[in-house]
Amino acid sequence: MINWVPFTVSLSLAIWTTVILVVVCFPLAWVFARSKCRWIPFVESFLSLPLVLPPTVLGFYLLISLSPFSPVGAFLKSTFGLTLVFSFPGIVAASCVSALPFMLGALRTGISSVPENLLEASWTLGKSKLETILRIVLPNMKTALLTGIITTFAHTLGEFGVVLMIGGSIPGATKTVSIAIFERVEAQDLSSAHAYAIALVVISYAGTYALNRLQRAGNRRNG
Amino acid sequence: MISYRIVKTFQRLGHKKTPPFRLETERRIESGVFLGISGPSGCGKSTLLRCLAGLEHPDDGFIVDGKNTWYDSTSELFLPPQKRGVGFVFQDYALFPHLTVLGNVAYATGNRSKAKELLELTRLSEHAAHFPGELSGGQRQRTALARALARNPDLLLLDEPLSALDEALRLELGNEIRRIQRETGITAVMVSHSATELARLCDQTIMLDGGFAKAKTHSLVSRPVSPVPYPPKPSSSSRKSAEQAISTSAL
Repeated sequence: MINWVPFTVSLSLAIWTTVILVVVCFPLAWVFARSKCRWIPFVESFLSLPLVLPPTVLGFYLLISLSPFSPVGAFLKSTFGLTLVFSFPGIVAASCVSALPFMLGALRTGISSVPENLLEASWTLGKSKLETILRIVLPNMKTALLTGIITTFAHTLGEFGVVLMIGGSIPGATKTVSIAIFERVEAQDLSSAHAYAIALVVISYAGTYALNRLQRAGNRRNG
Repeated sequence: MISYRIVKTFQRLGHKKTPPFRLETERRIESGVFLGISGPSGCGKSTLLRCLAGLEHPDDGFIVDGKNTWYDSTSELFLPPQKRGVGFVFQDYALFPHLTVLGNVAYATGNRSKAKELLELTRLSEHAAHFPGELSGGQRQRTALARALARNPDLLLLDEPLSALDEALRLELGNEIRRIQRETGITAVMVSHSATELARLCDQTIMLDGGFAKAKTHSLVSRPVSPVPYPPKPSSSSRKSAEQAISTSAL
């Protein structure tokens, strides 16, 4: 009998990570897309590191920096009573770092694709900057936003190395589907491993199919 | 009535290695006047419109609309575009591609019946449900014009609105702009490369010129629409003396 709890952990992780990254990355992507500051390429390259670093390297440094003995971990523990390592909030934080380049890249591309004069036209029509973002920018970067959401969600769903390093494998808390597959294979329970893996394949395929359709629709709209 | 004195130094597009360009211009535009500004590429025509709209910050000067000051360098007052009574028709129209013609105009008015009236004025009623991508160049231009008029602006700014059109359409839509400007009685400023086109359409025409080093204005045409035509340059650079010079001088 398959234990579905790792699926709920993986789905919760993917949803939390995606929502947090949309909120965090939008202003960052805005600055990266619109600002001419010469330091931006350096910051952008640093934030893209998770794309090229091995997950174990990223996970190792996150484990060091978030442990209760580090300045950040000690601050979180003393101020909020929060211990991030080997906890669900910890794997959410780690996944946010790991998936950040996916969301940031998609949003940056989307924001750059909205011509500056649409914003200016909206301002001359009396609309505030916030209203312009909500009613002009977001609808015109819908494809990029959905691309960011789908790639972040799918990447987080399949997250393994970083999550294992930070969260270990605590059932119901940090044990995701990827980790469950690894454990089932180690335990020679190949039928359960197959079931988990096939479910992930189906979900991932649905994600990439949706992404493909969105991009084709976007290309058609743009001629 | 709009009075302005604008000084702005800027780097011209595509000329990064040349020295910065200095735009220095001033004028009083009487209510209901259609002013045309011509001049060679890069002489600051569009920059002047963008400064009037609040999309760019001048280095020095003032912009006064009747009793309201939009910009004053001495008191460091700078109203953002949202707070100026300005309608702007962009060179490439800048229509919102995800909204229909009616949606574009209603976005500005917040009132669909007012938007429909504007579509009637600009003869676009039958295209109300079309998206900008489905319109011809002339229809896009009229949509941009209807949208710019939607907030009942004090000043209508048109940045080369006819440049993307063929000759026949330029003639037709130029006349259309003139008709709408007369019907609404709005004060308008239009920028164009073509001095002859502006002379045909506008009450007053000036040229920005200065050998790409410093732009100054020259009056070309002044029809007797405005009771007070183009004033000479004031002797002092301060706003007060400049305003005084503008109000007391008449050619």
